Amino acid sequence: MADLKLTDVEKAYGEVKVLSDINLDIKQGELIVFVGPSGCGKSTLLRMIAGLEKITGGELQIDGMVVNDIPPAQRGIAMVFQSYALYPHMTVRDNMAFALKLAGKSKSEIDEAVNRAANVLQLGPYLDRLPKALSGGQRQRVAIGRSIVRDPKVYLFDEPLSNLDAALRVATRIEIAKLKESMPNSTMVYVTHDQVEAMTLASRIVVLAGGGIAQVGSPLDLYERPNGEFVAQFIGSPAMNLLAGEVVGTGQQTTVKLAGGGTAKADIPTTDADMGLKVNLGVRPEDLVASDDEEFLYQGEVDLVEALGELTVLYFKPEAEGAAPVLAKLAGIHAELKGRNVKLKADPSKIHLFHNKVSLLYR
Amino acid sequence: MPPVLQGIFTIIIGVGGCVAYFYFSNLVLDKVIFPARGPNAGRNINRANKVRPWLFLFPAMFALGLYLAYPVVGSFWRSLFDRSGNNFIGLGNYIDLFQGSTFRTAVFNNLMWVLVVPAMATFFGLLVAQLTDRLKWGNIAKSLIFMPMAISFVGASLIWRFVYAANPDIGIINALRDFFGLATLDPLQVRFWNNFFLMFILVWIQTGFAMVILSAALRGIPEETIEAAIIDGANPFQVFFQIKVPQIMGTIVVVWTTITILVLKVFDIVYTMTGGNFGTHILPSYMMTYMFRDDGRATAVAFVIMILVLPVMIWNIRQARAEMR
Repeated sequence: MADLKLTDVEKAYGEVKVLSDINLDIKQGELIVFVGPSGCGKSTLLRMIAGLEKITGGELQIDGMVVNDIPPAQRGIAMVFQSYALYPHMTVRDNMAFALKLAGKSKSEIDEAVNRAANVLQLGPYLDRLPKALSGGQRQRVAIGRSIVRDPKVYLFDEPLSNLDAALRVATRIEIAKLKESMPNSTMVYVTHDQVEAMTLASRIVVLAGGGIAQVGSPLDLYERPNGEFVAQFIGSPAMNLLAGEVVGTGQQTTVKLAGGGTAKADIPTTDADMGLKVNLGVRPEDLVASDDEEFLYQGEVDLVEALGELTVLYFKPEAEGAAPVLAKLAGIHAELKGRNVKLKADPSKIHLFHNKVSLLYR
Repeated sequence: MPPVLQGIFTIIIGVGGCVAYFYFSNLVLDKVIFPARGPNAGRNINRANKVRPWLFLFPAMFALGLYLAYPVVGSFWRSLFDRSGNNFIGLGNYIDLFQGSTFRTAVFNNLMWVLVVPAMATFFGLLVAQLTDRLKWGNIAKSLIFMPMAISFVGASLIWRFVYAANPDIGIINALRDFFGLATLDPLQVRFWNNFFLMFILVWIQTGFAMVILSAALRGIPEETIEAAIIDGANPFQVFFQIKVPQIMGTIVVVWTTITILVLKVFDIVYTMTGGNFGTHILPSYMMTYMFRDDGRATAVAFVIMILVLPVMIWNIRQARAEMR
């Protein structure tokens, strides 16, 4: 139950810096999710908090105490691994009791803690089984139980659901959400590459990219107000469309003329100085709607249709070979649109504008 | 004919013979014995398929029978006869053996060998495997420790004869004694302890084997379980003994029993070092003293050894199979 503070934390392997300038203030009771493309260092950062990787620069504080050089066991953290990391030769009970035994707790104390965790996670009937006799979901519950019994200040999750199949992943995700709800004071840090996990679980998401933090914010904040093209395209699936254009009207609303011939208004204030500014207009596929009138944001030939029932994803023919196609997600079934020329528009409040990859909102 | 040609010729005949056996026997089965035509075509195909596995297994079974089963039975039979091999004396050889004091010494010594050598070789192997795991020069250390594996037992014994030599200018043990002002002695003549000096040679040889297998097993342990244990607060010793060793227990047992079986077969070390004198006989070396002189006795000892090895071997094979699963 603690705050976590990272100040200018960096990680270097020899000369190569993989993480730098990590500044993060995690408050007690928050569930922070690290997301980012693979290789962005999100797991490394988590392992640095755990103490499994050395922090080569900066300062990590847990509960106001600098823990850079304190061994993992004394940091008051518990970690759940992607591969569960259960001790294969120990029963579920012994797996959960191991840390307490090492800490020299009394038998009655250990039993109580293990039984309490087993009740929370419904592991009672499996306490005397070996991990190999459990299903993937049960194993991950044991791994979570192993951290609960230690009553840590900070819980660390390293892609805990990645080894589970789709159905189990959803069920376990909901269990983790419930677990967090039942322990509102516990601080959790959760690494995932799965956006749904990030969006549903996080109090705040930390997007990591290129060896640093790209943006920190609540899930909807990142979705609605990304600070740059990277976060805009990383959060949301399918990714946000980016269309090149030029500012032709300024004021409370900004008018953009697009290279493809369309125009769009955005609820983003600009000044006269921005006139003629080259921008990338960002619009999410789900915010595009078909347009019948003269005014349109984008028009193009539908190359491919994915009719999913509740919605239809349209892939437009890219202007140049190899360029990313524009995608639109329309409600309902529109299988007949394949090969047709379609015009699209979007509400001004849903339009994002980027100059030099940075959002005009964050200038 | 030059030997090289002879060798090539033999290989061609051997391999060609094998191929020919499988091809032609199969052909004969399908075309001549149970031809797949005529009124009984269907039944013949089924019959041929029932016979075929045995046909293909026959060479292996024949070779095993000739070189494994027959010698066992033959040895046992021979052990029931006297020195000349003409007079049947029942269990006379066995009774004589158990009454002889040298045999009892050999059994006792062998028991010590079986307890000490596998334990020490496995222990040192595990120790080296663990200690060299993270070292930059670990692989060099490992190859040095593995090297004795490439030396024959007789060669190793010769090396250790120098170490144990009763001369301070040659033997390191006496050189040390000399340094401390102690009189020269022959370590191999120190009763009881000389057994351990001999055992140590085999430990020296077998540590490399244990190390290689256990090193691979240690590397196979999932890194996360070790990290989880570190986070759980385990110190390096607890990680090693409570997390790593239990996870490779199956491999440790296989290594242990494999060395045990080897120990029950080694005669060369005793034979070259002391010739079984000064109370150092073990069963195989004891057997060698009778071989070609009194084959009845020698085969009786061989049979005792086989009966001792059998349970260890069964355990070893079971463990190895369980490991592979």
